[in-house]
Amino acid sequence: MHVVVCVKQTPDSAARLSVENGQVTWGDSSLVVNPWDDYAIEEAVRLKEKHGAKATALAFGPESAKEALKTCLAMGCDEAILISDPSLDGSDALATSYILAQAIRKLGDVDLVLFGKQAIDGDTGLVPIAVARRLGWSPLTYTIKIAALDLAAQTITAERLVEQGKQVVTSRLPAVVGTVKDINEPRYPSFMGIRKAAKAVILTWSAADLGLEAGQVGAAGSATHWPQVYGLPARAGSVEMLTGTPAEIAVKLADRLLADKVI
Amino acid sequence: MSHKTWVFIEQFQGVIAPAALEALGEARRLAGVLGGGVTALLFGQGVEGLAAEVVAHGADEVLLADDATLAEFRAEPFAALLAQLAGERQPEVILAGATTRGRDLLGMAAVDLNASAFADVTDVSVADGQVQATRPVYAGKLLATVAAARRPVLISLRPRAFPKPEPDAARTGRVEMVSPVMAEDAIGTKILDYVVEAGRVSLADARIIVSGGRGVGGPDGFAPVRDLAEALGAAVGASRAAVDAGWIPYAHQVGQTGRTVAPDLYIAAGISGAIQHQAGMRSAKTIVAINKDADAPIFKLARYGITGDLFVILPALTAEFKQRLGK
Repeated sequence: MHVVVCVKQTPDSAARLSVENGQVTWGDSSLVVNPWDDYAIEEAVRLKEKHGAKATALAFGPESAKEALKTCLAMGCDEAILISDPSLDGSDALATSYILAQAIRKLGDVDLVLFGKQAIDGDTGLVPIAVARRLGWSPLTYTIKIAALDLAAQTITAERLVEQGKQVVTSRLPAVVGTVKDINEPRYPSFMGIRKAAKAVILTWSAADLGLEAGQVGAAGSATHWPQVYGLPARAGSVEMLTGTPAEIAVKLADRLLADKVI
Repeated sequence: MSHKTWVFIEQFQGVIAPAALEALGEARRLAGVLGGGVTALLFGQGVEGLAAEVVAHGADEVLLADDATLAEFRAEPFAALLAQLAGERQPEVILAGATTRGRDLLGMAAVDLNASAFADVTDVSVADGQVQATRPVYAGKLLATVAAARRPVLISLRPRAFPKPEPDAARTGRVEMVSPVMAEDAIGTKILDYVVEAGRVSLADARIIVSGGRGVGGPDGFAPVRDLAEALGAAVGASRAAVDAGWIPYAHQVGQTGRTVAPDLYIAAGISGAIQHQAGMRSAKTIVAINKDADAPIFKLARYGITGDLFVILPALTAEFKQRLGK
């Protein structure tokens, strides 16, 4: 069994962001593995431990994204591949899904692709479902549990978190699983894992390696653009602190919320 | 001949999703700018009775697919049918609510149509005939304007970011039957079961949310949070700290690795307001913070702040609201 986990490198979730000359910056805050992806990496390593799967980590990004892949290796993934090529800069979510799908095709023998729910920078959540569509594989997004995996029958049963509660769904393999937080508790990389990852050779694939069509990738080949990025407007007004006995505070709050027509 | 502006009508067990009605209202508004009417897509089994409700809320045409393969939402058959219809009839824009279903549907269909996709937007505009949108990015810390280079433009709308239209029973519209394009054998996924939490107010659709954090101290500490939520008809939320401690299920988590919500009123009890929590609730219209620590960052976002013990304050609020709201 071959499991691929797709990861992205993003600014730390605690980073203070600003926009300078149209570019998003995060000062001296570090770049990390996208927090949603931690759950997907952990799930890949658990599938390796439970089913003897081979776990490959795949990232698309700049050279620096190798650090994110090293985290995957330190957590227990067997191999890591970076897709990096200046011609791919500016690819939107759908172009990214094409790049990742081509890489998964190149790997050839993949049974399951794991993703985090979305990346905390672009925040579209489009890539997992779009990769599933490009590969023609079943999409199991918002998965909180892989309930069963039958390699002989080539089926997977997953529990998905939807608005009304939990949905239990079964699918044939190969499939694309989009994980959400409840699926597991990600481990910290072990000391031995970190040492191994530091010495690991990370393969890099270019656009040519993947046979990508120029018209479908990069800023020019993308269907969406961000002409403007800007900070949030300041929140109107400042806080009014309500004081008194609990009963007095309750009366004051009720008065205000009713006057504001909030309740 | 269908219209330029399309909207997907999400329904679950015969009830139209609030986010779908909001999308229908926005479609109506957009159609006023783009010209023509609104075409609504209603897929399911035994849902023809919903067509009148869809028309009353703003559709001029309903493309209705009624089939066993569409009985439950599954991205593959729904996206295949949507893409087939859009490929034939060439709409300019297709809207849906940015729910789990709406986001999956539009993401898949965008691949089939080689289209533009904007996810989870909070505003849609038309500039020089081009559809644009505004969406929160970087976990809601920044906003981006997004523009489309390809047609159609598929847009999922953040729940509660757009007003729900008032129904008008006098509106009329045509209903056209359409046929599914995938046979059951060709669909990779089969739904075995739903475990639906009855009576629970969905966080995404909630007008009021009462959330508890580290300050509630344990699973029992959510009792006064639930009591206040009940008095207000509100949904119960939680911070990551409370979920990670195992005090309340993950489905309640608001924040960066939980749900993003936009209620009219958000009451945060015992939540300090870490930047990751703010990512999930900063678009609430009015925020009330209750915390022992007067320096907690949550007070910077709040309209009203109360410094004190939530176990004393919350019951007082519950009693007062029950009386005022006549419960």
